[in-house]
Amino acid sequence: MKRREFNFRLAGITGLGVGITSGLIPVSALASWPTAAFDTETPEDAANALFGESEMIETDAITFKAPDIAENGRVVPVNINVGLDSIEEIALMVPENPAPLVSTFVMSNQSNVSVGTRIKMGKTSPLVAVVKADGKVYTATSKEIKVTIGGCGG
Amino acid sequence: MAIKCKAKMKDGMVEVKALMKHEMETGLRKDSKTGEPIPAHHITEVTCMHDGNELFRCNMGPAISKNPYLSFTVSGPNVGDTLQLSYVDNMGETDSGEAVVK
Repeated sequence: MKRREFNFRLAGITGLGVGITSGLIPVSALASWPTAAFDTETPEDAANALFGESEMIETDAITFKAPDIAENGRVVPVNINVGLDSIEEIALMVPENPAPLVSTFVMSNQSNVSVGTRIKMGKTSPLVAVVKADGKVYTATSKEIKVTIGGCGG
Repeated sequence: MAIKCKAKMKDGMVEVKALMKHEMETGLRKDSKTGEPIPAHHITEVTCMHDGNELFRCNMGPAISKNPYLSFTVSGPNVGDTLQLSYVDNMGETDSGEAVVK
């Protein structure tokens, strides 16, 4: 009986601990998560929210690896290679999605970075990457990815 | 429920690959029975720490697929170093994982 009581108390204590930590974490997380940029409806607005209103330089140093046809818009594998120096941030956008900003990748002064992930696409769209490197803002647009079944719900 | 991750030295850069388990609900979908919208529940940040410093961070929106996969290359860590990966979602849930650079 004593043992049972002890287990019960232990469960209570750990439960409390989880409650406290999960209460604190969102504050610190949301401090750096760019809410405004994720809420925008056009790639230009998202880029402005992230990097300020600066001139974007078209470059072919940014290359994309993605399928021509995505049969399932819920899972589209994409890979971006950025052949620039002093890269600070890479933003990936799908202009045709309800919210174009998919994700941003933040690093400190890296060169020749490649990042990959799997994204959801609502309908046929190209990809846009906006990269902040060496204090300048670069951009590139991929070929169109044909989506046969959209993956944004609704 | 830890983050599955691997780190490998390739041409002087470390290639990190990570796989997380998460629903990644966009907040746009509706419950097929009740018609009620399903609240957004997605990872917001994935952080990779090395030696107490933030090496790489990914801010994720809801347009990242379910059970997110993330790969990236970074320079800095050496073979044998340990990288700590962790995520936090918009409801404050967290998970973490570790990888030794091979």
